[in-house]
Parts: sequence; C-alpha cells; structure tokens
Amino acid sequence: MAGGASDTVVRTGRTSRFVIYTILTVFCIYYLLPLYVMVVNSLKPLDEIRGGGMLSLPQAWTLAPWSSAWSTAQIGVEATGLRPYFLNSILMVVPAVVISTLLGALNGYVLTKWRFRGDTIIFGLMLFGCFIPFQMVLIPMARMLGLMGLAGTVPGLVFVHLVYGIGFSTLYFRNYYAQFPTELVRAAMIDGAGFFKIFQRIMLPSSGPIAVVCIIWQFTNIWNDFLFGASFADFDSQPMTVALNNLVSSSTGVKEYNVHFAGAIMAALPTLLVYVVAGRFFVRGLMAGSVKG
Amino acid sequence: MVQSVPSRQGPGDWLRSALPKLVLSPSLALVVIFVYGFIFFTFYLSMTDSRILPSFGYVGLENYEKLFRLRSWSIAVDNLFVFGGLYIVICCVLGLALAILLDQKIRAEGAIRTIYLYPMALSFIVTGTAWKWFLDPGIGLEAVVQGWGWESFTFDWIKNRQMAIYTIVIAAVWQTSGFVMAMFLAGLRGIDNEVLKAAQIDGASNWALYRRIVIPQLRPAFMSAFVVLAHMAIKSYDLVIALTNGGPGRATELPATFMYSYTFTRNQMGIGAASATIMLMTIAAIIVPYLWSELREKS
Amino acid sequence: MRNLKLVSLAAAVSFMTASSVASAADVEVLHWWTSGGEAAALNVLKQDLESQGIGWQDMPVAGGGGTQAMTVLRARVTAGNPPTAVQMLGFDIIDWAKEGALADLNIQASMEGWDDVVPAALQKFSKYDGKWVAAPVNVHSTNWVWANKAVLDELGIAVPTTWDEFVAALEKVKASGKVAIAHGGQAWQDATIFDAVAMATGGPEFYSKAFIELDPETLGSDTMKTTFDRMGVIRSYVDDNFSGRDWNLATAMVIKGDAAFQMMGDWAKGEFLNANKVPDEDFLCFRFPGTQDQVTFNADQFAMFAQGSEVSKEQAALATAILSPSFQSAFNVVKGSVPARTDVSDEAFDACGKKGMKDLAAAAASDNLFGSMAHGHANPASVKNAMYDVITAHFNGEYDSATAVEELVSSVEIAQ
Repeated sequence: MAGGASDTVVRTGRTSRFVIYTILTVFCIYYLLPLYVMVVNSLKPLDEIRGGGMLSLPQAWTLAPWSSAWSTAQIGVEATGLRPYFLNSILMVVPAVVISTLLGALNGYVLTKWRFRGDTIIFGLMLFGCFIPFQMVLIPMARMLGLMGLAGTVPGLVFVHLVYGIGFSTLYFRNYYAQFPTELVRAAMIDGAGFFKIFQRIMLPSSGPIAVVCIIWQFTNIWNDFLFGASFADFDSQPMTVALNNLVSSSTGVKEYNVHFAGAIMAALPTLLVYVVAGRFFVRGLMAGSVKG
Repeated sequence: MVQSVPSRQGPGDWLRSALPKLVLSPSLALVVIFVYGFIFFTFYLSMTDSRILPSFGYVGLENYEKLFRLRSWSIAVDNLFVFGGLYIVICCVLGLALAILLDQKIRAEGAIRTIYLYPMALSFIVTGTAWKWFLDPGIGLEAVVQGWGWESFTFDWIKNRQMAIYTIVIAAVWQTSGFVMAMFLAGLRGIDNEVLKAAQIDGASNWALYRRIVIPQLRPAFMSAFVVLAHMAIKSYDLVIALTNGGPGRATELPATFMYSYTFTRNQMGIGAASATIMLMTIAAIIVPYLWSELREKS
Repeated sequence: MRNLKLVSLAAAVSFMTASSVASAADVEVLHWWTSGGEAAALNVLKQDLESQGIGWQDMPVAGGGGTQAMTVLRARVTAGNPPTAVQMLGFDIIDWAKEGALADLNIQASMEGWDDVVPAALQKFSKYDGKWVAAPVNVHSTNWVWANKAVLDELGIAVPTTWDEFVAALEKVKASGKVAIAHGGQAWQDATIFDAVAMATGGPEFYSKAFIELDPETLGSDTMKTTFDRMGVIRSYVDDNFSGRDWNLATAMVIKGDAAFQMMGDWAKGEFLNANKVPDEDFLCFRFPGTQDQVTFNADQFAMFAQGSEVSKEQAALATAILSPSFQSAFNVVKGSVPARTDVSDEAFDACGKKGMKDLAAAAASDNLFGSMAHGHANPASVKNAMYDVITAHFNGEYDSATAVEELVSSVEIAQ
C-alpha cells in the first residue's frame, strides 16, 4: 500500500522534505504519547508511580501488573482478572459485526441497484439514526428487550448493536455500490439471474475493500461500547469494557494504577490489532467508496 | 448518476418486484421502532413528571421551563458549540494537512499512517487516565517540561475554568484526526493525475495546484468527514467523564453529560428527556438540511 | 435386611439433602465494590452463602460512586429482570421502596432484633413504611480529618478543636511552604468539606433544618453565608492544582508529607494502611474541628428486589448473613468503616476504627447522628446534586458567597 504514494505529482525540494518529515514526526509523538504513558507505567511497580515521573522509564521493570490484570486482579467478588470477559466480548462482537455488515451490504445493494420511489428518504431516515444519543434510548430499549425476552442475554446485546449499527453500515455500502457499474447488474438480470444470485455472484465478490472499512468501524464501536454492555448484560455476559471499568474506576478503594494501565492496554489489544493488521486495507477501502459521492 | 433498474410488470412477478423492498423492510422496521419510536417516547416523557422511572403524569411544558432556568444547561449548550465547532474545524484542517504531507512519497508511510490512525481504536475508558495525567500540571506535561529546565512553562488548562474545554478538544482531536486524515488521503489518491500534470505544465505552483484543483475535488471527503465528526461531537460523553467529569466546577459540561446526569444520577427523568428532545431538535436542524442537499444532489 | 433398610434410608436422606442444596436458587448481586480490599471482604459473604448451598452470581458495575450501578439497575428493572440484591445508598433505597420494588424483610428483622442494634438514624434508610427493606452493611462517617503526624509535630501544631484553631494551624502549614489542605476538586469532595463546615458553623439544628428539612429560610440564612465564606477560607489553603484530582491522590499527598490535612470519609484510612502507615503513630484521625460530638454518615446497604409476594429463602439468608456480627466485623475492618450494628466487638479494629465505633455509639445515643448531605443521606439525589452545583461553582470562584446563598435557595427549589 505504501507504493500508492507514487500517485502524487507534486515535486518537493530537499528543505521542504526535511520540514515535512519533521512535522510528520512531531505528530507521531502527539499520537503516540498517551500509549507511551500507558505502556511505561504498566511496567513500573506502584511505588515508582506514586513517586511521580509519569514520562520516565521504569527503574525496576516488572511484568507483575500485566499478569495481575490478566488473571488475578479483583474485578468483582472473585479475583479473576480480565481473562473470562474476553470470551464474553467476542461472543457479542462477532455476530453483531457479521450480521450488521451483511445487512448493510443488502441494504446498500437495494438502495442503489433496485431503486424505488422514496428510497432516498428511507436512506435518510436510516442515516439520521446514527445521530441519536445512546443515553437516551437506554430505558425504552430495556423495556423492549424485556418484552422480547432478550433482557440480560448475549443475543439481546447483539440485537442492540445491530440496530444502532445499521445506519453506518448502510451508508458505507450504499456509497460504495453507487459506483459499481449498473450495466453489469442489468446484464445479469437479462441473463435471468435473480435478486440474491446477483448479490451473491456479482456484488459480494467485489465488496472486499468496503467490507474491511465497515468491519473495522463496527468492530471498534461495538468492542469499545460500555453503556449497552453494562446495562443490558447479565452477570455472566458482561463484556470486557465493563470489567475494565470495574478494574479502573472503583470509588473508595486503593488504586493500583500500574494494573489499571496494563488492563487498559489488554482490553484495547484486539481493536489495536485490527487497526494494525487491517489498517493497510483501510485507506484502500475508503478510497474505493465511502469518500466519493 | 445511478439509474434504477426498470421494474417489470407481469403476472407472477409480484414477488420478484417486491423482493428488494422485502429485504430492506426489516432494517427499516428496526430503525422506525428503535430510533423514531424512541425519539417519540422521549418527547412524550419530557412532558411527564417522570423521576426515577418513567411515569405518565402529564405536566405540559414544565420540564422545559425548568430546563431553561438551569444555569448548567446553558453552559452545556454553549460548550457544545465551542467544542463541536473547534473539534470539527481542527480535525478537518489537521486531517487534510497531514494527508497532503503524507501524500508526498513518504518513506514508512504505512507505519506513520497506522500511528495516526490507531487512537480511533481506543475508547476513553482505556486512555482516559493517561490523558488526565498528561494534562495535569502537577505530574503531566507542565511538570515534565519544567523538569527539563524550562521553569516558566505552564500548561494548566485542565484546571482553569476558561480553558478546560480546550483540553477536551485536544483529546478529541487526538482520537479522530487520524481517521479524518485517512479519509482525505483516500480522496487524494482518487484524484486523476492527468489533470494535475496538465496544470503543472501550465506553470501552476504547488500551492495553487492544491487550492484550485485538489481541495475542490475533495468535497465528498469533506462531507463524509463532517458526518462522522458531527456525530462524534454530539455523542461525546466518555471523553468528558474520563478527562474532567464536567469540571472544574461545571465548566466542561456538555449536553450529553447533562442529559445523562439528570436522567440517571439526579432522578429527574422528565428534565433529562426535555434536554434530549432539545438536543435532537438541534441536531436535526443542522443535519437534516445537510443530508437533504447531499442526497438530493446524488439522486 | 434391617441394615439394608437403614443404608437405603441414609442414602435417601443424603440424596434429599444433596438435591435440596442443588435446588436452592442463586442470588444475583449488583454492587460496585470492585477494588481489591472491598471485593475480598465481600467474598466473605459469598462463602457464607455458599456454605448454605446458595450460589452467588456476581454483577459488579463500578463508577461514579455507585451511580453507574444505579443506571444499570434501572435498565434491569425496566426490562423486568431485576437482580436479587443490590448495593444501595440512602435515598435511592427509599425511592425504590416507593416504587414498590423492594421485598419486605420484617420477619428476619424481628427474629434477629435488628430494631435494637441498628441506630435509629440509620433505620430511616433501611425501613420504609414500617417495613425493613434493606440490610445495612456498614457506616462510613464523613466528618473525619486525616493528618500527617510528622508534619504537625515538626510545626508544633496540636490537634485543632475549633474553627479558629484550625485556621491558625492551616496558616502555620502554609507559611512553612507545604500544602495545608490536600483536596481533590470533584463535586462530591467539595461537598464533603462543605458538609463538615456547615455542621461546625451552624451546629446540628442548622444542619438538619437546612439539609434534611430543606427549609428555605435556613438555606438562605446568614449562617449559610458564613459557611460559604469559610469555604472560601478553605479554598485559600488548597493548592492550585486541586481541580479534578482523585481523593486517593490527595490522600497520597498527606501520606508523603507534602500536605498536612485532608477532609475525607473513613475510607481514606485504607490508603494510609496500604502505605504501611500506623494510626496515631504516622497519621492522625480526628473529627472536623467543631464537630467532635457529631457524626455525619453514609451507609452501604443491600436492598432485596421483590421476586414474588414474599421474600425468597435466599434473600432472607443473604440479609441474615449481612447483619451477622462476624461478617460486620470482618468486612468493616477491611473497608475502614464501622459496623452498622452497635453491639459488635471492637477488638479487631485499629485505633481509628475503635474511635469511630465509640463516636458512632455516642452520637447515636445523643441524637447527634446525621445522614451526610454530601453522600446522599440527607436529601434526594436531585436536591443533593443541585447543592453540589452551587457548592462546586462557589468553590471554583464562579460567584461570591452572597450569590451562592441565593443560588442555593433557587436551585433547591427547582430540584424539588
């Protein structure tokens, strides 16, 4: 993907290149600083943190905070660490991301290739849904989940994330499919291919880039969600973020900052990994669709 | 730009022509119930005497009257305009600048891009403490720079009622500007080089090249960035809770934190619902005309 | 033959007990005690229940001193899926009891004589409409001052007993270049100090009229203005960097000797003990000057959510276990608070804990025990937060004392 840089035609001199690299480096520091603070302090004993020197490297390196956050830190009554909550989060995130991405793809497909009167208004309605503040829907959503018998279950959580993920996934796929040649779809139709067959054979195989964008977006949002996870999960389905919050924000207890930082990085690792691994496809995916009209 | 596929009339084709709408309908139903139904419910709650749980004693506009008498509400609204405005503008300018710089055949572009992009992967539950420390003059940047020998250096915005809201902007920009940069970078990569080359042959300077040709072509990227940023700005809640919890005093209260605190912490659900209604109406006033112009143009 | 019968009978009996153990339902407990010591202390309760064959389903939600957990509770109740037992504070219990959501624990209460051992001021939050609806775990008192003994000795400061002595002591510390008061600028911490200052300034009658009865005249009185003026004095002895600081970081300043005093509830003791400091040797705990006879408190309780017309067997067992003297002692030694019943032996407690238990019993006997405004035990959440707004705004210099008094009266009116 770095090869893509050859796109530009602007020529730059030696001095200006030096300036550019300097600026880019300065911003690298800006973006990396909070992570640096977290990593460094997660490797220090607690006394060293109390003694100050937020930015200094540890004098006595230790991995104890990490193992504590993973398996022995007190999250609730039992000292389980964050370990058991990982699975809860994964059980919630994977179905929610897969279903909302698929729905988004289908919606985008209908809204661009099978247009009908009023489709733009429907799209507008879905898009406006992205702006609803989640704090507002908490109580009515709880009632609905109760009525549907999904209260306190993993399917219930998946459902909630699905509902509020539709807006963005539809937006991404609609803008992407809008650029996809309609002639191909029409040709397939003349050959007698049906609605789903066209979707499966023609649209899906070319949806790679935008699917990456959509999956990254949804995965990050759902993995990082705290409000829904705390409110709609039961004791046995609490996601990672709720556990992390329990670890970090106890109100009248002693604060073990090094363990907090280790836990925070741990909780963020899956999303970080997704960004690092899939990030190279990210700009390509954005290029292919979502930033074009 | 996109033509609709002609629908074919014929016996037995009903299913065929209705299928796309059938596929779309579950999503539509979900959105209608869980977005618009809830908006309506909130609007209704705002005219009731609900406190700890929803109750249905009608009180008319009393909650709105109370809301507008509350000093902290006007502070929250003012803050949203200051925060939202700065946040969107700075993210766009910074994102564009970084994208242009990164588009100059930079070595290690992939690594730099990942570094710029990663904050988007982290929630403020994760980075909140680190930010709080960093901004705290006692242990953060101020202390460190003073420790390097620059004794007169001060950076105590987070402790200052007038400046604290700007520290929220700094952290918010940190989180999203890399994402905006990626959007602009994608836009830049999508521009046809032939046009640029032609302009260059005509003797256009680099600056003129960007100002006249490149930036106008990035309009769709600006639009996407605006939607993402506006939605982030309005929903900013974790950020404030993690950094300042609304303080010093109430200096960094935002409508989202106000609404949460009245609905859930203060057991005044009626007032909370009233604030949510006002918030939604404000969002609608800004977003709907924008969506309207965008979507109409496309169709 | 006979033997065989006996064996089979024994088998049947053991089978029956086994099955009854297995059939005992579990309790799901929503709480926000997630830090090491607290959670470990709660584990005592869990093991107690497990020995009776009752499983413990843990539902911890930390954050905001329990506000996050209360949000979750509302979602759970709205969904028709309430937890069995919920940790709660003060007026939240009464609010939920008003909604008719809580189970009646009167049978257990009368069987075990809770009425006689739990202080009356505390019972106000455990009983609604003559019924016990919650089981109190502990009593935190909030009008403590924590001091670094070495700093006081060095500067020749005796433990102050009046406001004037306190100000003189603060001045001495300030002159020495140290921070006089370690404080974290968060609304509830500002209010914690305000609580103590108001009690010291106006006395118990003023306190209860202003904060419990919410009498507009008292709220707008000159005494209230003096209280705000004194908050201004306190503000001048706090370092510039106080805003947003967590309470435990303020405590660390006292531990390290950078600061002399901190006004904070008794949970601060845990930080001192954790840093291997000994009460009365390394640090001092005493009541806020002028409130030596009074105790302002907040108490954690567990309320049982009605799961039918009667309280379930498991809920009854949980309530009984919570109020058992052994758990009250074991838990509160760890938590820094004192037992909710006044008949527990103070043997296991340290010097500050013993002092706290003695003060509580004395205050309860002399009608000097008051629910803390800053901790939601004097008035409902809406009023409390309205008071927070004014106290914090004034403390941060948004307006002067006269305006603060006016604002206090009008904010309380809007919130009611």
